[in-house]
Amino acid sequence: MVAQIIFIVITLAAIALFSYNIKKVIRNIQLGKSADRLDQPQKRFMTMLKVAFGQTKMFFRPIPAFLHLIVYAGFVIINIEVLEILIDGIFGSHRIFSGLGFIYDFLIGSFEILALGVWAGCAVFLIRRNILKLKRFSGVEMTKWPRSDANYILISEILLMTAFLLMNAADAKLQVLGSQHYTNAGAFPVSQYLQNLLPNSEAALVAIERGCWWFHIIGILLFLNYLPYSKHFHILFAFPNTYFSNLEPKGEFTNMKSVTNEVKAMLDPSFIPEEAEPGRFGAKDVNDLTWVNLMNAYTCTECGRCTSVCPANITGKLLSPRKIMMDTRDRMEEVGKNIDKTGNGFDDGKSLIDTYISREEIWACTSCNACTQACPINIDPLAIITELRRYAVMEESQSPASINAMLGNIENNGAPWKYSPADRLNWAKES
Amino acid sequence: MSEQLNFEVPTMAEMIAKGEEPEILFWVGCAGSYDERAQKTTRDICKILHHVGMKYAVLGTEESCTGDPAKRAGNEFLFQMQAMTNIEVLNAYNIKKIVTGCPHCFNTIKNEYPGLGGSYEVIHHTQLIQQLIDEGKLKAEGGESFKGKKITYHDPCYLGRGNGIYEAPRKALEVLDAQLVEMKRCKSNGLCCGAGGAQMFKEPEKGNKDINIERIEEALETQPNIIAAGCPFCMTMMSDGVKLKDQDKNVQVLDIAEITARANGL
Repeated sequence: MVAQIIFIVITLAAIALFSYNIKKVIRNIQLGKSADRLDQPQKRFMTMLKVAFGQTKMFFRPIPAFLHLIVYAGFVIINIEVLEILIDGIFGSHRIFSGLGFIYDFLIGSFEILALGVWAGCAVFLIRRNILKLKRFSGVEMTKWPRSDANYILISEILLMTAFLLMNAADAKLQVLGSQHYTNAGAFPVSQYLQNLLPNSEAALVAIERGCWWFHIIGILLFLNYLPYSKHFHILFAFPNTYFSNLEPKGEFTNMKSVTNEVKAMLDPSFIPEEAEPGRFGAKDVNDLTWVNLMNAYTCTECGRCTSVCPANITGKLLSPRKIMMDTRDRMEEVGKNIDKTGNGFDDGKSLIDTYISREEIWACTSCNACTQACPINIDPLAIITELRRYAVMEESQSPASINAMLGNIENNGAPWKYSPADRLNWAKES
Repeated sequence: MSEQLNFEVPTMAEMIAKGEEPEILFWVGCAGSYDERAQKTTRDICKILHHVGMKYAVLGTEESCTGDPAKRAGNEFLFQMQAMTNIEVLNAYNIKKIVTGCPHCFNTIKNEYPGLGGSYEVIHHTQLIQQLIDEGKLKAEGGESFKGKKITYHDPCYLGRGNGIYEAPRKALEVLDAQLVEMKRCKSNGLCCGAGGAQMFKEPEKGNKDINIERIEEALETQPNIIAAGCPFCMTMMSDGVKLKDQDKNVQVLDIAEITARANGL
């Protein structure tokens, strides 16, 4: 009974804390401007199924895709087991689903095989990060915290899977001993090999089984509450992020409505403008971006596929699309904390541009869309870079001198170079 | 094979004056109009249109920058000014279908003009060439033979990733009976030439290599006779790269329109 009460208290506390943090995350995302991403629900749903659930974009790199698929399947499917743990925990039952008979045996057996797969997958991931030191996992933005974050996640998953398998091994051994409460149920294709490592005394086995059970469930609740602080948030955000992702051709940039109003009014004085959101042109800080840009930042799991295909980054420039996303998230969290402390409207003198992302970075982009193509969950760093450029050019008139010259040429003679419009057809006349 | 055109290029103004309507408007673009190297491609597109007897016209001096480089550089004002002025001209001529000689113009007119009141059917010249081949109106005969030549095609970002057009340019090359070789990074994984996003008009940021060098090295790895391009900016970047690598004697950089024109003796 005491155990049940402790269990319920811990679970409720974990859920409450998680809800509290999620509310803050949602509030932070809502700092962004509106963006119309509610059209074509069917196409959006299919995109989510294909890209997030089906992980289709992962398979451009088959090895990590395969390992990731196992870890992902393990994560999703083993959660059925968590459901059983929750019910057992609340009602003080043991293996409540065991009445399902051979279906239960099949389920537990598959969980064990998956658990082993997850264990091995995470071990390989750790080796790739820490021993093979794959280039994709380094870079200026990959400072101590992002590196540790990745390792904490992988180690936690290994520990959780170990606890799960040890729990089953002890359980199976107790079943053979005919121990009270330990009904004969489940199949143990993996943990049977761990049984020999365990002691033979019933009391010790019960302690191990109970210990691992508590470790597993508390571990999962802790892990849940770690998500809002971690790059691992993608396990939740991948779904809304792909649902709300850009469905238009990648080459298409948004047309700014606020500008359309001004241009139309300039060309036609009788024009009555449609309503557009107030604010500055482009983005100086995170609240000038859209909520989609900000959700993208929370979704990023810092895998570095974008940066590894970025032509600017490949050739040694400062720009790294992954850094754009990480900076946006860091700045958003900072703004969020400012609001917590001092309420809305507090100016800390910092901004996304300059404090976090330098001019040199945004001007190195070729807008080639390699980053958006490479992202397995449709994050769009280019949209943020474009907004920062818009701010620099339209609000500050600060762009490289040669860009200014190009803009001046378009304005004056309708071409990015200094040629006379009268000469536009000369190619047809000369050789 | 003279570079000079032995026919007149009709302008929209002339056509309307004669009371005629073209089947398609050829949007030449700034590079195609002014850049000497790109002008060759422009003339070859005209030769192809003339050869198949398609009724076409250009805007001539009424054409102006689509606003693409302004938009990519962040100057939305200038972009929309250009766009609306161009749309006014296009709509006044009642244009329905446009072929462009540049993926940047193609992307801008096709995707960004509709929201500002300019909706047209827009194709890139490699798509036109592919359609003409499919319809049997264009073959690869009567001109230079490309048989057995090694050709590698460089995907322009705004045609490939930007608009998902990977096959049309390749089909246009397939009829040549040449040997098509792909670079390591191709199609959706293609590497930019370094000119997009208004980079064409500025010096690159500090780094350890220029992007076009990285790309040309990859292209040269395929040991091609010809590097095929579909974009005037890629053309500049790739040609510069070949020259810097001292390979301009062995490797030609040609637009798909030029290759097609040559294969047909135009």
